[in-house]
Order: sequence, then C-alpha cells, then structure tokens
Amino acid sequence: MTTTWTPSARQRDRDAYRRGRTRRSVLVSAASTVVLVGAVVLVTVTSPGWARVQASFFDPRVAWTALPDVATGLWLNVRVWLAASALMLVFGLLLAVLRTSRSPVLWPVRALATGYIDLFRGTPMIIVLYLVLFGVPGLRLQGTPQSQAVLGTIALTMTYSAYVAEVLRAGIESIHPSQRAAARSLGLSNTQTMRFVVLPQAVRRVVPPLLNDVVSLQKDAGLISVGGTILDAIRYAQIQTSETASFTPYVVAGVLFVLISIPLTRFTDHIARRNGYTFTGGRA
Amino acid sequence: MTGEPLLQVQALRKVYGRTVVLDGLDLDVDAHDVVVLIGASGSGKSTLLRCIDLLEDVDDGAVLLEGRDVTDPRVDADAVRARMGIVFQSFNLFPHLTVLDNVTLAPRKVHGIARDVAEDKALAMLDRVGLRDRAGAHPDQLSGGQQQRVAIARALVNDPVLMLFDEVTSALDPELVGEVLGMLKELKTEGMTMLVATHEMGFARQVADSVCFLDGGRVLESGPPEQVLGDPVEDRTRRFLRRIIEAGRL
Ligand SMILES: Nc1ncnc2c1ncn2[C@@H]1O[C@H](COP(=O)(O)OP(=O)(O)OP(=O)(O)O)[C@@H](O)[C@H]1O
Ligand SMILES: [Mg+2]
Repeated sequence: MTTTWTPSARQRDRDAYRRGRTRRSVLVSAASTVVLVGAVVLVTVTSPGWARVQASFFDPRVAWTALPDVATGLWLNVRVWLAASALMLVFGLLLAVLRTSRSPVLWPVRALATGYIDLFRGTPMIIVLYLVLFGVPGLRLQGTPQSQAVLGTIALTMTYSAYVAEVLRAGIESIHPSQRAAARSLGLSNTQTMRFVVLPQAVRRVVPPLLNDVVSLQKDAGLISVGGTILDAIRYAQIQTSETASFTPYVVAGVLFVLISIPLTRFTDHIARRNGYTFTGGRA
Repeated sequence: MTGEPLLQVQALRKVYGRTVVLDGLDLDVDAHDVVVLIGASGSGKSTLLRCIDLLEDVDDGAVLLEGRDVTDPRVDADAVRARMGIVFQSFNLFPHLTVLDNVTLAPRKVHGIARDVAEDKALAMLDRVGLRDRAGAHPDQLSGGQQQRVAIARALVNDPVLMLFDEVTSALDPELVGEVLGMLKELKTEGMTMLVATHEMGFARQVADSVCFLDGGRVLESGPPEQVLGDPVEDRTRRFLRRIIEAGRL
C-alpha cells in the first residue's frame, strides 16, 4: 500500500472515547481489588482463630526451614513426572494404535489393549501405586527394579497410558474415512496410511486434552510418597511436619506443585483457545 | 497389444445392507478411451468407481485390469491401487501436509523414489496444473478449484494406467468448473484412459468416446455420446435426460 491514511475526525473522536473508557475501567478494577483484598485480609487476621490457623498452616519460620528439603524432594517429583510423561505418550500411542487396528492378525492384541485400558482407567491410582511399590519388590524376582522412584514412575505410566490411549483413540476416530480412502487410493498400505495421514492429524487434534493429562500427571507424581522411603517433596514435608507439629510444610509443598503447574496450565489454555487450529481440518 | 479392453467390469455386484447398489454390472473401457458415467443420484456411480479402485470389497463379479482379475483376494491390492488414480468430489487432500508433500507422499512412500527426485517430478506436475507457485501452501489456503487441481496432480504423479474421476466439479463454483474440465480434456489428448462420473453433459458430449447410463445397478444404455445423449433408446434414459435439461445442465 502506498496511500497515506490519516484517521478522520470521526475516528479520532471514537478512539479518544475508547481510551477514556479503558482508563476508567482500569481504575475501577484496581480500586475494587484493593478494597476486596483488604477486606478479606482484615477479616481473616482479626478473626479469633487466626493465630491458631497461622501456626498450623502458615507459619513463616517453619516454611522457611522446610523449603530447602521440600524443594530438593520436588526435584525428584519433577524427574518422575517428566519420565512418566514421555513413557505414557509412547505406551498410550501404542495402545491406541493397537486398539484401533483392524487387522485380524492383531485381534488378540486388540482385545488385550482394550482390556488393559478398561482395567487401568477404572482402577484408582493409589491402588496401582500400592501394588507396584510394595507388591513388586515383594516378589523378589530377578531384574525387577528396587528403586521406589522407578517403581512409582512405572505405576504412573501404567495408569496414565490408559488415559492417553483413550484420548488418542478419540483423535484417530475423528479423522474422516475419506482421508483413509484418499491415502489407500494412492497405494499407501494400512500402516503407512496410519503413520503418514491419520496419526499426524489425530495427534494435532488432541493436543489440548493430552496436555491436560500431562498436568494431571504432574500432580499425581506427588503420590509416589506413599512408598514411604522415597524422599520426594511430600515425604520431606511429612518429616518436617512431624518435627514441627505444624502443617505448614505441606502447604509449602502444595504451593511449589502449583507454581510448577501454572505455566503448563496456561500453555494448555492457550493451545485450546487457539481456535482454527490450522491444518487439521478434513472435509467430508 | 491385443484388442483387449484395459478395464473390464464383469457382472459386478455390491450390496450395502439390504440395498443392492450394483446388480451384475458389465462395463469395458478401452485403452486411451474416455468413458463417461451418468445416472441419477444414488444410482451407484461412486460405488462403481470405489469398487474398481479396490476401496470397497465386491460381493460378486470381477474387475479386470489389463486382463488380470484384481478383485481376487490373493492379489496385492495396494500395488493395484498404486497403478490407478482416483479423484474425489470432495478433493480429500491431506490438510496437515503442504501441496508439495501431498503430491510427493505416494511417490516417496509407495514407489520408493528419493525425496529430491520426487519433488522435481511433483513440481513439474504442479506446473502442469498451474500451481507450482503454491507448492508450499496448505490445502486450506487454496480455492476449491485449486485444491481439485492439486488432487489431480497427486493422482497423476504416480503415472497411473487408468484415471477415475468422481464428479470432480460438483463441489466447485461454476467459474471454477472450466479450469478442472480443461485439465481432463488435456489428459485425453495425451491418451490417458479415463472413467468419469459427471453431471456435466456438455463435457460428456465434447470429450467422451462413450457414455454409460447407470440405472438399477446396471449399465442400462451405452454408446457414443451423440446417440445416448441425443437419441436414447431407453425410456428411463430419456426421462433422466429430460430432468437434467429441466435443471438447466444440458
Ligand atoms: N458406505 C455405504 N453404506 C451404505 N450405503 C451406501 C454406502 N455408500 C453408498 N451407499 C448407498 O449406495 C447407493 C449408491 O450410492 P452412490 O454414492 O454410489 O451413488 P452415486 O450414483 O454416486 O450418487 P451421486 O450422484 O449422488 O453421487 C445409495 O443408495 C447410497 O445410499
Ligand atoms: Mg457419487
């Protein structure tokens, strides 16, 4: 474009009006926030039980002493979370592909995959953790890992693979059959059609729910502390709590978990909101 | 070469649930001929093309390509499909791939051609359909007519011995129909064997070597276009053509 454009008087007037409105709403929301927060703080700290509540949950000194240990433990939770995330995506994908395969040779595997998914989607995470953390070492089998962190990662992967498989299956089944027909008509085999045409589109479609599972796995990585000998954030918090008789260390651990999850949650929201998630359409 | 037709459809039967769509259909297509399929909506044109391309299992009868029964379950269906090209009414491009990747997918994965060779070939083909400059675009950035031309390039790049077209212009705006039909005419001059389902009677008149009217799961009437479209023998053909004329398409 080469024409120079200067806004008309009418447009300048509109812009000025809009700017005025924006300034006013910023002021109003700032004022209302200050009033509300002030009121909440005032009511809380002047209430009769506040001293006890603070000692139990929000003792700054206890928080400060607990922080180094809890943070150290958190690093273990983070590693377990990342390892289990990677593993669950791999196994979830495998389960989803097996479950949606149509080859008669794979019938038994397909039935197995379906059974696995039903079983692990329905079993509470905590039961799987108990079974793996305490049951497996009790077997004294050769080659089974003894580290509770590794066993915990395995347990998390077992359950979450089932969730991921279902999400991916929904994605695979959402791809219109005409896409398969087009791929097959070019001579692509069933496997090639899956690999190059169906899966890439399916995965793109289910990125938001997959990220939700990753976020949820991050929280559940804290459950490995039930193993008892694992020194993760929650186990450290437990130890500190028993020493100080304040629950503040748990609050510290909780806050740290939240802080880690926030960026990922925001990212998930951003992806989910980005509508017109391009290049995944597929016309009938 | 013998005088044997390139494609022979023999007593083909296809049933969906209780609907008998193809009921012992016979059809021959000679090499380098253009055969146009006409018939009412639901008469089974798409089904026939899908059966020929082995995208559907047939319930009886046979499809012979160069004299060989390709509906025999012992035949490698992927290899047969790789030798035929089909273009659909709704384009069915792969939305996650660029135009160039849409066209090179089969050459690279099915025919094992190296990427750079496949891309050269694909670009030459896109040049032919007038879309070389859109090679890097994604399908949803193209107009319907452009998408359909990419779909044609994607099928042609595999050097098929037979091309199947299923109402390739009926999803297009009128001004885009010409650009796609023009491509088909050009293909005919190059000697491509084609089986074309269409409602474009003008195209059928100009390009077809023979026209087949599908009705009741069979080819009810077939012959040169001037005869089938101009002076049909069968009552039902006449009625079908009258309806088409009333709809303003002749
Ligand atoms: N997958 C399917 N399952 C069940 N019935 C089907 C299926 N595909 C097609 N049919 C039926 O088969 C018949 C023929 O359909 P087909 O699409 O071949 O017709 P057509 O001649 O191509 O029609 P049109 O001109 O509208 O494209 C129709 O009655 C249709 O409902
Ligand atoms: Mg049709």
